[in-house]
Amino acid sequence: MKIGVVTFPGTLDDRDAARAVRYAGGEAIELWHDDADLKGVDAVILPGGFSYGDYLRCGAISRFSPVMEPLIAAAKGGMPLLGICNGFQVLAEAHLIPGALTRNQHLHFLCTDQAIRIENNSTAWTNSYSKDEEIVIPLKNGEGSYQCDDETLKMLEGEGRIVARYVGENPNGSRNLIAGISNERGNIVGLMPHPEHAIDSLTGPGDQGLGFFTSVLKAMVK
Amino acid sequence: MALDTVAIAKANPDTEQPFAALGLKPDEYASIKEILGRRPTSSELAMYSVMWSEHCSYKSSKVHLKQFGEKAVKTDALLVGIGENAGVVDVGQGYAVTFKIESHNHPSFIEPYQGAATGVGGIVRDILTMGARPIAVMDPLRFGPADAPDTRRVLPGIVSGVGGYGNCLGLPNIGGEVVFDETYLGNPLVNALCVGVMKHSDIKLAKAAGAGNLVVLYGAKTGGDGIGGVSVLASETFESKGPAKRPAVQVGDPFVEKVLIECSLEIFAEDLVVGIQDLGGAGLSCATSELASGGSGGMKVQLDKVPLRDPSLSPEEILMSESQERMCAIVEPSKIDRFLEICKKWDVTSTVIGEVTDGTHLEITFNGELIVDVPPRTVAHDGPVYNRPLAKPAYIDQVAKEVINPPLPTTAAEIKETILKVAATPNLADKSWVTDQYDRYVQGNTIQSQPDDSGMVRIDEKTNLGVAVSTDANANWSYLNPYEGAKLALAEAARNIATAGAKPLAVTNCLNFGSPEDPGVMWQFAESVRGLADGCLEMGLPVTGGNVSFYNQTGTTAILPTPVIGVLGVIEDVRTRTPMSFKDAGLELFLLGATDDNLSGSEWAYIHGMRGGIAPTADLQREMRLIELLLSANKSALFAAAHDLSQGGLAISLIEMVLRHGVGAQVTLDKVGVALLSETPGRVVVAVKPSQAAELEALATKHSIPVAKIGTTGGDALVINDANIPLAELRTAHTETFKKLFG
Repeated sequence: MKIGVVTFPGTLDDRDAARAVRYAGGEAIELWHDDADLKGVDAVILPGGFSYGDYLRCGAISRFSPVMEPLIAAAKGGMPLLGICNGFQVLAEAHLIPGALTRNQHLHFLCTDQAIRIENNSTAWTNSYSKDEEIVIPLKNGEGSYQCDDETLKMLEGEGRIVARYVGENPNGSRNLIAGISNERGNIVGLMPHPEHAIDSLTGPGDQGLGFFTSVLKAMVK
Repeated sequence: MALDTVAIAKANPDTEQPFAALGLKPDEYASIKEILGRRPTSSELAMYSVMWSEHCSYKSSKVHLKQFGEKAVKTDALLVGIGENAGVVDVGQGYAVTFKIESHNHPSFIEPYQGAATGVGGIVRDILTMGARPIAVMDPLRFGPADAPDTRRVLPGIVSGVGGYGNCLGLPNIGGEVVFDETYLGNPLVNALCVGVMKHSDIKLAKAAGAGNLVVLYGAKTGGDGIGGVSVLASETFESKGPAKRPAVQVGDPFVEKVLIECSLEIFAEDLVVGIQDLGGAGLSCATSELASGGSGGMKVQLDKVPLRDPSLSPEEILMSESQERMCAIVEPSKIDRFLEICKKWDVTSTVIGEVTDGTHLEITFNGELIVDVPPRTVAHDGPVYNRPLAKPAYIDQVAKEVINPPLPTTAAEIKETILKVAATPNLADKSWVTDQYDRYVQGNTIQSQPDDSGMVRIDEKTNLGVAVSTDANANWSYLNPYEGAKLALAEAARNIATAGAKPLAVTNCLNFGSPEDPGVMWQFAESVRGLADGCLEMGLPVTGGNVSFYNQTGTTAILPTPVIGVLGVIEDVRTRTPMSFKDAGLELFLLGATDDNLSGSEWAYIHGMRGGIAPTADLQREMRLIELLLSANKSALFAAAHDLSQGGLAISLIEMVLRHGVGAQVTLDKVGVALLSETPGRVVVAVKPSQAAELEALATKHSIPVAKIGTTGGDALVINDANIPLAELRTAHTETFKKLFG
């Protein structure tokens, strides 16, 4: 199973995402933003970071990178695609998922071990979890407050597309405590916290993030 | 202004020059004339003024710093020593680690966000320049009183700047310090440390060898920011009134630096450079003169080729600009195409601006006119050296006579009140408000970060080899006795490394002091350097480099002498590290090391407004025995947890341990006030299984370290004698302080 990890200029967590893929038993393939070639991968991760320095708006420039064209087409065709943190912002800018990520309500960058609840375990990226399972993974961003209009929020809630929700105090002012959402089909997931930093208790708060990566491998076997 | 060329300088020897405004003294100006045999051109004057500044030339500190060479430890571990951009240490398995700490104090006071941000950027480039991938940063910070209005201006900006820049570079922040003292009001200290890793064969040096090789400037374009940063800003005392110095602060763009790092590492991996230098303090003046002096001395540079953000910059300004995110490489002509190709891949601007010659002069032209013609060593290395007058300040003997007797708790109610006060006092309170603004997870190799005793990162995923770094200073002790204070800071940093099970290997330092023109300050500095050099020699730890920051004073009030000491250690398998706290009940708690009743320089004395007394004397033999004990216990997996005692004594160490995993402890102490609040150096609290208590006692006896059982773990309170402090109440006291102060 080949999982592509895209590197934009300013991407930071690409090697971490690749390591998580390896830990889960997959093969990580480096994809370069300037190369419109998915190299035959079965799924793709857009990792965290500050692509293009977050100039203009987070993710606003990256969505126009050459690699995005085949990627958007493949994702629309059903290929699993996970955007973590900055990757979530890119997905929103590319309109693959609705809404936008805005500045944290308290205006600070926040790095913390965050509890989230997996509310939809039928997506390509969450099928290893049980429904409503609570896990702790790092959250680290300056612009992680999920916002959308009331209608969109109602739709996301109604269709069960809130993949993960923050547990406890709202860390950044996201509407309805949203930590992650999916597209209608469930193959595209945008997630603000970082499962790739929770793949073992040596370097993370635990290994509860690994499920995102084992999930996609399972989804592809099916 | 008309171009001032070498020809014009020769023809007009008597032209008046603004050397004083550039920070040069009359005798320094005279010696430039003597070196050149004529007056300098305005461009040459600009170069000498920045390179001969205190910040770049170490002119006041050199005579003292040479002790680090004279008292050098014989070791094979040191691969590159003092003098290069950063020292390099062999950590085994073919890996070399480079680390260094630098100050960015003055810019951070003027413009907190950019000052702190570019402080991180500068030290990261120093590490990159050695050929290493930067893997972690740390930031020891010092501020005026926590509730002072100016601290509220400076602290949030500095923290945000450290985070904003470091986070965007993808470097985990693994520790540091946040200390408050009134002497830092108006003179906050922003020290930044970076660690990098490489293979031995990848080490790069700043030298321009081989006539015909090309000089390439790559990275950001040059702008008008940071002009004179090292001279008029970093090397002068702040006056309470005077013109704003904001244009002398650089403005950083971490995205450009991140791309520059990846681009440079790709260039290094293909072995495309002969020598390399980053552009930091003194910009192109520094890079060209240092690279040229590292080779035969000959180099030709066409300054008009330098890509500019602002086309109106004069050649003098281009030479002095400290615009960030720039590097200068020496590249063989056969490799230049590939070099430029990699830069293009990363969208990094790169320009050939000159070439190495077989001459002995650095020659710089602007639109074909010769504007600089100097022997580069005279700019980079042969600056003035001052043996400044020094005198023991009168306060030393005065404060030594003071009796330090703050009120000590005895009853249960007093013990509880004391513990809650210690937990909440700004210097000891939980620092999550600060450290949560830093990414500690990126790169996926962070094993320890704040509030652990040291930061620790894994450098090899297969073998689990790792390094640990700690930075420490105890300015209260340095104020009472700078010689002992430096030794004690060294001992503490080394102990912090060993507590986790890493073996101390090498030392870096950032020496923050007031004005060297004050004989009392100069004495503090000389004593600190002597103490550090003696301490390193005794402990067998080489000094790999460092940084001196003078002029940290406003008017005649200097900061406390603040030598920040960084120690790097190696751990063969990070999975075996000793954690700082326990998760299980039923463990026995022991205190290693003896406690005396001297409270001089302690946080408890400071809380009660007592600054005087007599600092402890560093017993480095005992410290080394304790380190041996800690390492030996780590090897045999004896400790469930181990935590160093320093500022705040046993009180804060117990608080941090019980709050870490929410497991309480019952502790019984004789002379409870002294036991909790004394800061006697050389002590560690450890937790062991009851079945291993005898093994611990035998080990302590073997290393001649006193050991005493002080309690057991468990419960949901910290119980000390009859005082019961519920963890919830303790946590609130410990964590509320910063939120209340800074929002």
